[in-house]
Amino acid sequence: MLAGILRRVARRLLASIPALFGVVVVTFVLMRVLPGDPAVFFSSGPSAGKEEIEELRRSMGLDKPIPVQLVRYLGEVATGNLGRSMTTGQPVVLDMTRRLPASLELTCTALFIALMFSVPLGVAAALRPGTPVDHIVRMLCTLGVCVPTFVSGLLLIYAFYYLLGWAPDPTGRIDIFAAAPPDITGFFLIDFALKGDWEGWWAAFSQLLLPACTMALFVLAPLARMTRASMLAVLGSDFIRTAHAMGLSRIRIIVAYALRNALLPVLTITGIVFSTMLGANVLVEKVFSWPGVASYALDALLASDYAPVQAFVLLMAMIFVLVNVTIDVLYGIADPRVSVS
Amino acid sequence: MTADLLRVENLQVAFSTRHGTVTALHGIDIALKAGETLGVVGESGSGKSVTSLAVMRLLDRAGKITGGRVMFEGRDITHAGHADLRRLRGSALSMIFQNPRAALNPIRTVEQQIVDVLAAHGKLSRANARTQALDLLRAVLIRDPEARLNAYPHELSGGMCQRVMIAMAIACEPVLLIADEPTTGLDVTTQQTVMELLARIQAERGMAMILITHDLGLAARWCDRIAVMEAGRVVEQGETVALFEAPAHPYTKRLVAASPTRRSTLADLAPPGLARDAAPVVTVSRERGPGTPPLLELVNVVKSFGGPTRAVDAVSFRIPQGGALGLVGESGSGKSTLSRLICRLIDLDDGDIVFDGESIARTPAREFHHSPRRRDIQIVFQDPNDSLNPRHNAFDSIAYPLRRLEGLRDGTALQARVREAAARAGLPLDLLQRFPHQLSGGQKARVGIARAVAPRPRLLVLDEPTAALDVSVQAVILQLLDRLRREDGIGLLFVSHDLNVVRMLCDDLVVLQAGKVVEAGPSQSIFQRPQAAYTRMLLEAVPYFDPQRTELLKTA
Repeated sequence: MLAGILRRVARRLLASIPALFGVVVVTFVLMRVLPGDPAVFFSSGPSAGKEEIEELRRSMGLDKPIPVQLVRYLGEVATGNLGRSMTTGQPVVLDMTRRLPASLELTCTALFIALMFSVPLGVAAALRPGTPVDHIVRMLCTLGVCVPTFVSGLLLIYAFYYLLGWAPDPTGRIDIFAAAPPDITGFFLIDFALKGDWEGWWAAFSQLLLPACTMALFVLAPLARMTRASMLAVLGSDFIRTAHAMGLSRIRIIVAYALRNALLPVLTITGIVFSTMLGANVLVEKVFSWPGVASYALDALLASDYAPVQAFVLLMAMIFVLVNVTIDVLYGIADPRVSVS
Repeated sequence: MTADLLRVENLQVAFSTRHGTVTALHGIDIALKAGETLGVVGESGSGKSVTSLAVMRLLDRAGKITGGRVMFEGRDITHAGHADLRRLRGSALSMIFQNPRAALNPIRTVEQQIVDVLAAHGKLSRANARTQALDLLRAVLIRDPEARLNAYPHELSGGMCQRVMIAMAIACEPVLLIADEPTTGLDVTTQQTVMELLARIQAERGMAMILITHDLGLAARWCDRIAVMEAGRVVEQGETVALFEAPAHPYTKRLVAASPTRRSTLADLAPPGLARDAAPVVTVSRERGPGTPPLLELVNVVKSFGGPTRAVDAVSFRIPQGGALGLVGESGSGKSTLSRLICRLIDLDDGDIVFDGESIARTPAREFHHSPRRRDIQIVFQDPNDSLNPRHNAFDSIAYPLRRLEGLRDGTALQARVREAAARAGLPLDLLQRFPHQLSGGQKARVGIARAVAPRPRLLVLDEPTAALDVSVQAVILQLLDRLRREDGIGLLFVSHDLNVVRMLCDDLVVLQAGKVVEAGPSQSIFQRPQAAYTRMLLEAVPYFDPQRTELLKTA
């Protein structure tokens, strides 16, 4: 069983290499084709002379033809060197390892919150289709999708920070005057917990809550609607009728029989939602000054800073592959019918 | 006279649909004593299943009991609350369903599901839950019960799943078991063992049973009394033998007439009032010289799907021009694979398929639709519902092969050909504009046949074409196929597990088991003197509907 899973994972990872290669090449070419000249942007100032810009361009290797640049870049990527960011002056890999945990922590928390609400809401709607419960859930979902994250984020800040004063000021992962936890995993909640600093944990958590809720609101709809649809289909199936005919209790039928079967398609959607969230949360990161990878990549893009953008796209592609493999493995464990084929 | 275990009095059920309320049951009266077996027979839509679901109070949201009452053990359970019902269901009053694999939870093991039932009624001792489940599996005679405990439904055959279902249903020793088409869709031999098992359990435990079935043979064989239902009413009920020997109601008479018996011929099944089908037909006799090649010849055809055994193993047979050959066997015997090979939908590994003197095995299956032979071999599929495109009306479905294979464009020529095909399949022309959901099962079967005969094929491959149809519709479709063969000289390859049907329609018979031919020859002689043990077993398992024989069985 375990050996089979490992073999499948290995095969899937190997099969994803051509796709990743394609991503690297396409991003590279796209960045070169887009207007904007990094040499102009990063030269000492508006007064920089033509020669100075040429000099900079030569030192960045931009004077060579694009195929030559591409080959050199691919060689560097293969050795794990993703280049240096012109904006921060740091190697991109270092920047990424600092910022990725922030994004992941935010996304995972948001996904957790979204699942905590969307699954019960979807189940409630499916148990009473066509009733007010169903309509209220549908309205909540529609609202969540319709309101852009920067609006809902600002609304949440206005209500909980400005009006009520419950939330801390929305400036990053932790209060500027507080000490960051020791760098163990990069996830503040885990690091604080490992250290046993619960005061710090609470501070980090209260910083995290608003942005996470903003993101959760946005993905509530796909998850809740999927749960409802899949739950409705399962509730109408033969084995649920059997369970009723055998006199099983209502709660057991709903949880052990219906929900467990209904969650299988929800699992697939969760994978897709997670990947989307990680890339699309740039607005949330901007609104809450969250030091994540998405806002980092956006800044780089505006500055025509090639290396961080390319690295970001590659990172997203890799995470997408990993998430898909994970979902596949989980699906195989949850559904005995899959492991056979 | 003892009190009735179950008494249904003037039960009325209505469903609310988009087009208003539809009455499904117009006042049903049935009664059942302890230990008795009642058969409820009728065709689809007659309300047999609704009756059983209403008794169990398992009607879905749209269905409602609008009148009458259900008395169980002297108690009115028509308006019992959820908690009361939950205690009754599965413990005193239990049910098994058609399509057992779907009726079991796909992601729970057999043991978990049996234990769930025991736990729901407080019959479970935590310490030896496994032993209890094991004993139940032994009671339903499952081979290797220890291994089956950890199996999931998809790992079990249909017959096994039904046994597990029975184990769950009898786990809490109910006094009444409702079996809703328990053997439909199972092989004849499995069907027999499942029914024998049910009868044994019933006798051992003194359990009463309601057997709901469309198969009169099955009802006659296993039930003490029969209730015949039509359009939401019980039209006739009585002791099995008396009822079938002298049916009083016209509907019962028609059902009895349409059910094939050991001796019936196609003409016997003729429902009254279908003059066109019943009209005498002129048999086309074609001059065939002695040198005429057979229409289809299979030479040592082999196909394997990579498993340890071959799906089709060195099968040879031939169909003469305009002949009809029946291919019978249980599920997994390779008959469907064989029919797909002959239609050239899949490639064979070895051997040869010769059509009208010309080998068609050389052309790969992927290329075969370019072959001129594609027109000559057409297929009619098993399920008339799933084999029609729901977004195509009957006209488009029938026109499709004409457009694809003969390149006909919209116009009078295409119109004429579609009308001709529909007429040959006995499909009224005013139905051509209808979509599948607006047609009955029999009409859909005719669309499927019209589509197959439209390109004027010379061989029709019929993959269980009547398995999903009611007996009266089946009779008409069989007569239609026979007429196509006699009037137009179309050869038939009839794939079926229903030996009665094969016997009436086909001159020759090939019996398949595990991909091999175990017996072949003229149908009549095989039916009278089966040589292979497997053939004998198949023949004996068929629940013949035969009033005279029923009496013998009951007294034996």
